[in-house]
Amino acid sequence: MERFWFLTFDGLAAGAVYAAFALALVLIWRAARVVNFAQGAMAVATAYVGYAVAGATGSYWLGLAAAVLSGLALGALVERVLMRFVGTAGPLNQVIVALGLVLLIQAVLGMVFGNGYRPAATPFDTDALTVGGVAALSPYDLWVLGAALAVVVLLALLFTRTPVGLRMRAAAFAPEVSRLLGVSVGRMLTLGWALAAGVGALAGMLVVPTGLGLHPHAMDLVFVVAFTAAVVGGLDSPVGAVVGGLLVGLILSYVTGYLGPDTTPLAVLVLLLAVLLVRPGGLFSAARARHV
Amino acid sequence: MTAVLEVEALDAGYGPVPVLRDVAFSVPAGTVAAVLGANGAGKTTLLRTLSGLLRPTGGRIRYAGEDLRGVRVEHLVRRGLAHVPEGRGVVTELTVAENLRLGGLWRRDRADARRARDEVYALFPALADRRDHLGHQLSGGERQMLAIGRALIARPRLLLLDEPSLGLAPRVTAQIMALLRRLCDEQGLTVLLVEQNVRTALAVADQGIVMSLGRVVTAAPAARLRDDDRLRHAYLGF
Amino acid sequence: MTTTRTEPVPPSALRRLLPGAPAGGGPRSATLLRHLAVAVLAGTLVVLLTNQLPPYQNLQVARVCAFLCVTAGYTVLVGLNGQLSLGHGALMATGAYTVALVQQGLDDRAVRGWWILPGSLLAAVAVTALGGLVVGLAAARLRGPYLAGVTLAVATLVPAVTTIFTGVFNGEQGLRFPAQNPPAALGAYFQPERWLAWIALAAALLTIVLLANLVRSRFGRSLRAVRDDEVAARLAGIPVARTQVLAFVVSAACAGLGGGVYAVLTATVAPGKFPLDLSLFLLMAIVIGGLGSLAGAVWGALLLVALQDLPGLLTDRLDLPAALAQRLEGNLALAVFGLILIVVMLAAPGGLQAGVRALATRLRATVRRAPDR
Repeated sequence: MERFWFLTFDGLAAGAVYAAFALALVLIWRAARVVNFAQGAMAVATAYVGYAVAGATGSYWLGLAAAVLSGLALGALVERVLMRFVGTAGPLNQVIVALGLVLLIQAVLGMVFGNGYRPAATPFDTDALTVGGVAALSPYDLWVLGAALAVVVLLALLFTRTPVGLRMRAAAFAPEVSRLLGVSVGRMLTLGWALAAGVGALAGMLVVPTGLGLHPHAMDLVFVVAFTAAVVGGLDSPVGAVVGGLLVGLILSYVTGYLGPDTTPLAVLVLLLAVLLVRPGGLFSAARARHV
Repeated sequence: MTAVLEVEALDAGYGPVPVLRDVAFSVPAGTVAAVLGANGAGKTTLLRTLSGLLRPTGGRIRYAGEDLRGVRVEHLVRRGLAHVPEGRGVVTELTVAENLRLGGLWRRDRADARRARDEVYALFPALADRRDHLGHQLSGGERQMLAIGRALIARPRLLLLDEPSLGLAPRVTAQIMALLRRLCDEQGLTVLLVEQNVRTALAVADQGIVMSLGRVVTAAPAARLRDDDRLRHAYLGF
Repeated sequence: MTTTRTEPVPPSALRRLLPGAPAGGGPRSATLLRHLAVAVLAGTLVVLLTNQLPPYQNLQVARVCAFLCVTAGYTVLVGLNGQLSLGHGALMATGAYTVALVQQGLDDRAVRGWWILPGSLLAAVAVTALGGLVVGLAAARLRGPYLAGVTLAVATLVPAVTTIFTGVFNGEQGLRFPAQNPPAALGAYFQPERWLAWIALAAALLTIVLLANLVRSRFGRSLRAVRDDEVAARLAGIPVARTQVLAFVVSAACAGLGGGVYAVLTATVAPGKFPLDLSLFLLMAIVIGGLGSLAGAVWGALLLVALQDLPGLLTDRLDLPAALAQRLEGNLALAVFGLILIVVMLAAPGGLQAGVRALATRLRATVRRAPDR
């Protein structure tokens, strides 16, 4: 039973990161009908920036800020320079450009920093605290959980309570009508990409120390897991992304804990296929065939 | 009376296919002009070109004395030009309140935007009751009211309306037409109205602009179009 | 940016569509003959070429041919059927591991014979086709980014399978099996690499001829119809799901053959040879070659091998410090690949083959005009 609780807490902490990352995917999907396959690579790039700044200044918090800011900038840049010009000839083209970006970013990181693993410092202790004799969360897990949930709440407030959030939602749902009402749809799209990449950058900073460390492919698996989380919740649903992220985090934690870490990747695949074949719309949207 | 909208030799189309050819007319301030014509005459294309959604291939559009060339769509509403597109005017994923808020987001004068919203609720009490309903939960008539009401929040000088009577009960249509008339007479609003329902349109309009195959075949006072049997038969088919 | 290419309809296709045209074997067997003739010609040329080449270059020819099996099947799936799979690296791995397991198993039981090679390759094709059927059945219900995501997951997670079932796949180490030696009939001093090149060439030619005929057949037209408009295709009586699944199976079988041949070239397989990047390389190859074009697949296969060797040459020439050279090695190719992929997608979605075709058309026009002067 003790192990169960440990795995549950661990899964929730990991799931919070997946939730944030899945949320970033959903943000771009809703705004532009693109699954940003470069999200993982972009997050790794910003994590390198973050940990480089953290190393240079000795402050994790400055590094975190640098990562998020560079994420915002990178997202805006990718939309302005690339995605805007791919056109709507088909979802294939956008996916292919994003994959080209993956290759490019990972290669540039490898050339600049080398392909090896670099250590990533944490601001808090990673040893689990024991509560009532049960090993629960480490201080770092608490920080991860708190930061990810804070981002989720802030984003929810932004979208439902602020004028810019209303503009972004309107621009995503009805671009033409929004333009007639004075909304700069292009600017909202750039903002959406920037926000998503900023959230991705934060998620990257949070998840890198819990894995093996920082290397160009650090987010490959995280991306797949987050995509699975987004699909579990339904790509159109931000709430779904959060619940999906936590759910996937829990499931993977139990699988890893009870069946061994080697089976985790397989569990992701089984989960993804199961959801897509049984409930293709995700748990939070009306089931319908996924025509894009 | 000065013209709010002057269109000269306007050409426009989709890709290489020309739709509008040499369109010219003008709409004096404070009047209602009805664009009439059969399906495919280019009425909706005309409105889309006027509001910048479609780039003209030739000719000029002057609004309040200014050439609209190069003005971005999203800036037109700030200049007082509002366009209620056909059928799809409401953002169905947003609530009624959010749709109305969206209509006034660009306005600096927050207090007046709120006042305008309350006026819309007063005009269309049905909307006030359904404030928190999503767009797709509304009936066709309620959607049309919402789209028009949202345009009014901008306090426009020129309102482009595409098929406002589509799918509405005659009583609601009459109500909306009367409202438009009143806004024109009392507040100096200018309306360019695209309508299938010729009788309704001519009943409220000052001027009728009859289009056929992308050209203006006649632009005449509405009263003349109503009363001149020959014109009516030739262009409007009743 | 979104130029829709209107390809001129070849007269033969028109003839087949016209009522009263000979619907029987006439034009189809003519096409088959033409494809065979081209294949024999190309095959002869490559065989002649391999007789002149040193071992390493012959191995490169063999690698091009192995990749060609994969890219040809892949471009049919992505370009002609519009299904974006990112899992073809994993399918290659499936073929490669099948060949390795079959050959290793037979070798352990001291079974010998000329049929082992074709037999193991056939097994690779069968197993991969089966895998393709499973993924294809799932894929037929998925669209665009969903399919890409699922297949990306497959490609990312496949190396893990080899560590879960270490007993079978021997984990990170991978498998070894007896190297393929040239038959005695060719003489004792026959260059082994040349023999490998011939094996790969045979596989590639077989794949290309079969695919070329498939593309021209009714099934080929169904593929395109489904890509262009699923609803219209369904209304025209085309079984959309079956067409998509079949396209996936065919494409997977080609990838399995290519992967199997690829394993035969080195007589080893290891998960490290089939990383996620391989799937992305394959995608890049067919995009640059020109999506949906078999000739483009040839360009793509050539590029894959050429670009993999290029950065090594470059760093050797430039005499860079060792640490920098090590970082550039491999990564430089990746960066170039990624950049090319983006630029081609933005600037020339038709790829190399569209450029070649445009050039050929212009040349032909020039030649035709010349006699008039």
